[in-house]
Amino acid sequence: MAQENRPLSPHLQIYRPQFTSVLSILHRMTGVVLGLGALLLVYWLAAAAAGPQWFDQARSIAGSWLGELVLLGFTWALFYHLLNGIRHLFWDIGMGFELATARLTGWAVAILSLVLTGAAWAVGILGLGGGS
Amino acid sequence: MRGLGSAKEGAAHWWAQRLTAVALVPLVFWLVASLAALSGAGHAEVVAWLRGPIAPVAMVALLIAGFHHLQLGLQVVIEDYVHGEAAKIGLIITVKLASALAALIAVLAVLRIAVGA
Repeated sequence: MAQENRPLSPHLQIYRPQFTSVLSILHRMTGVVLGLGALLLVYWLAAAAAGPQWFDQARSIAGSWLGELVLLGFTWALFYHLLNGIRHLFWDIGMGFELATARLTGWAVAILSLVLTGAAWAVGILGLGGGS
Repeated sequence: MRGLGSAKEGAAHWWAQRLTAVALVPLVFWLVASLAALSGAGHAEVVAWLRGPIAPVAMVALLIAGFHHLQLGLQVVIEDYVHGEAAKIGLIITVKLASALAALIAVLAVLRIAVGA
């Protein structure tokens, strides 16, 4: 069977980027990025289990300006992937395929991901959770 | 079984991806809310949280569903963009084993804290 030259999907470079296609590739990109974020969660939990010295080291890394910037990025990636994932689940049951609907839900995902990221960080910064 | 065709396992992959996605919707909201509330918390506070009634269960569920979802998703990305057959299969195996190992480390960490070892 001649399988060497068969095309693989998707050939993104022939398409002009559109709002919906950019959202689509962002879903993959954030998914891959969140794999790295998941490793940070593993590190944080392992540090907590290893003891206070290890945990304090993780805490100071997370609390540095670079650490906070990275965590802010992961927060947005997580909310984006979560909300767009919900959009995907509705498509899976056959809802929301109309172009106008897909654009509308796309905007909702883009805006809500930013709003929820801001809300989560407001809770963290203002200490609304009651943490010290 | 070399991952060259669906061999009727494509549907199971698709279904597992969606099932874990549905489970992750509430779990991710829980994680972000919890971490935001724990912002700046010290070791004792985080340990107390992981010994609570909800956190260890939700965290272990999140880790299992999350890493399973991750390796299923990365497999599709690798299948789409990595062209060489050896590189493709090697990467997929690496991703699956690394995901399982990472999940195992994190779950054991949660259990160690939860049972107070």
